[in-house]
Amino acid sequence: MKIFSEIGSYLILLKNVFQVPENPKLYRKKLVFELQALGINSLPIVAVISIFVGAAIVIQLAANLSNPIYPRWITGFSSREGIMLEFAPTMINLVLAGKIGSHIASELGTMRITEQIDALDVMGVNSASYLILPKIVACIIFSPIIITVSTFLALLGGWFFGTITGVISSYDYLDGLQLDYTNHSLFVGLIKGFVYSFIISSVSAFRGYTVEGGALEVGHASTRAVVESCITLIIANLIITNLLL
Amino acid sequence: MIEIRNIYKSFSGRIVLNNISATFDAGRTNLTIGRSGSGKTVLMKSMVGLETIDSGQILFDGKDITTMNKKERHLIRERIGMVFQGGALFDSMNVADNVCFPLRMFTNMTPEEMNKRVDFCLERVGLSNVHTLNTSELSGGMRKRVAIARAIVGNPKYLFCDEPNSGLDPQTSILIDNLIKEITEEYNITTIVNTHDMNSVMGIGEHIIFIHEGNLAWQGTRHTITQTSNQELNDFMFNNELTKLLKASVQK
Repeated sequence: MKIFSEIGSYLILLKNVFQVPENPKLYRKKLVFELQALGINSLPIVAVISIFVGAAIVIQLAANLSNPIYPRWITGFSSREGIMLEFAPTMINLVLAGKIGSHIASELGTMRITEQIDALDVMGVNSASYLILPKIVACIIFSPIIITVSTFLALLGGWFFGTITGVISSYDYLDGLQLDYTNHSLFVGLIKGFVYSFIISSVSAFRGYTVEGGALEVGHASTRAVVESCITLIIANLIITNLLL
Repeated sequence: MIEIRNIYKSFSGRIVLNNISATFDAGRTNLTIGRSGSGKTVLMKSMVGLETIDSGQILFDGKDITTMNKKERHLIRERIGMVFQGGALFDSMNVADNVCFPLRMFTNMTPEEMNKRVDFCLERVGLSNVHTLNTSELSGGMRKRVAIARAIVGNPKYLFCDEPNSGLDPQTSILIDNLIKEITEEYNITTIVNTHDMNSVMGIGEHIIFIHEGNLAWQGTRHTITQTSNQELNDFMFNNELTKLLKASVQK
């Protein structure tokens, strides 16, 4: 029964989050801050992971598809589909669930236990909206940028390391990348990214905002935020994949 | 003036506030005293709307906040200033931004007017040239004073202070107490202070209520508190050698 109560509390929190802001100017200022904290600051880790995992995917596929019965473009083609549909939106967001999720939960949790959220409430500020809405919006705004950058760098990393190690020729790889390309894969990847960004930011915010106790509970909330974001994300992945492909 | 009538509050069946009624007048320092866990913080949080009471009335100048709609409650809250136990300053802002926050959120003042008001409030609490400091750079006493500056920046009608001198040395505690008393008289604010500091009780307690295990066990002033025959209050007050000596000398 506890799970239903928690889902109910989560939905009530979301209702409070999506309210008309008291002072849109302050919300915009906070949004810019969150774009920096949650978006731009995530780019380095996204870049590093994308380049190296993209390279590993291409090398792995090239090794497994080296049989002459497969066309030579298959490695580039499979890499593109795998990276655009699963790696960039799902894997990268699982990584971001750890980085952003723990950041949001610990920030809000600390604000809760140090009575900063109570201070906002006493002033008459809708604390849920003021603190959480800019985070959700920042994550959603930055989602297509993260996915596009991740896709590009993963494919680039695959090309660079694939050709430098000699497992695939540049021509075959680029030929496979361009084969039968439609925007559908990109569209699915972006839709996944939007949904995952919302899940990560809102679930983590819920865990942090509702912390009760002290520093130990903030730690627990942070861990729960990451675990629950990841589980919700992979369930959503299964549903979206089934619906859109 | 704030009046509370027959307040009941319980958590999971455990009664925390049991039929509390009291009146807190404007322009004087009202103190709520009691042991840790006696229910005084819950009472204060109920008055400012952070906790929902089970039954009873909380009247701000005759208007019951428990029956108000969201908009009416919002108007009352804009007139409330609160100083939290740890200060509750926003970590992500410097001192000036902390003090200015309510003005930015709720007023149409120009940046110059806001700066003037922030300067005035910080000077009023005895702090100047701290505007750009981060909250982590402040001492405990400075944090409390910045919290008071933030609480009074919007010209509140009602000021709530939850243990404002906890964790402070005796001298700084007296400074904070005097500041609260001065501000209360200067702006005719209805001030309610939660404390278990006997220095505060004897220094600024113009109206004192004593809460014991969720019940209103006694009320009076700092002049009458030493004469009380209430056993719980005596146990609470005269629990160390210094206060026992004080009582003996007062009775002489």
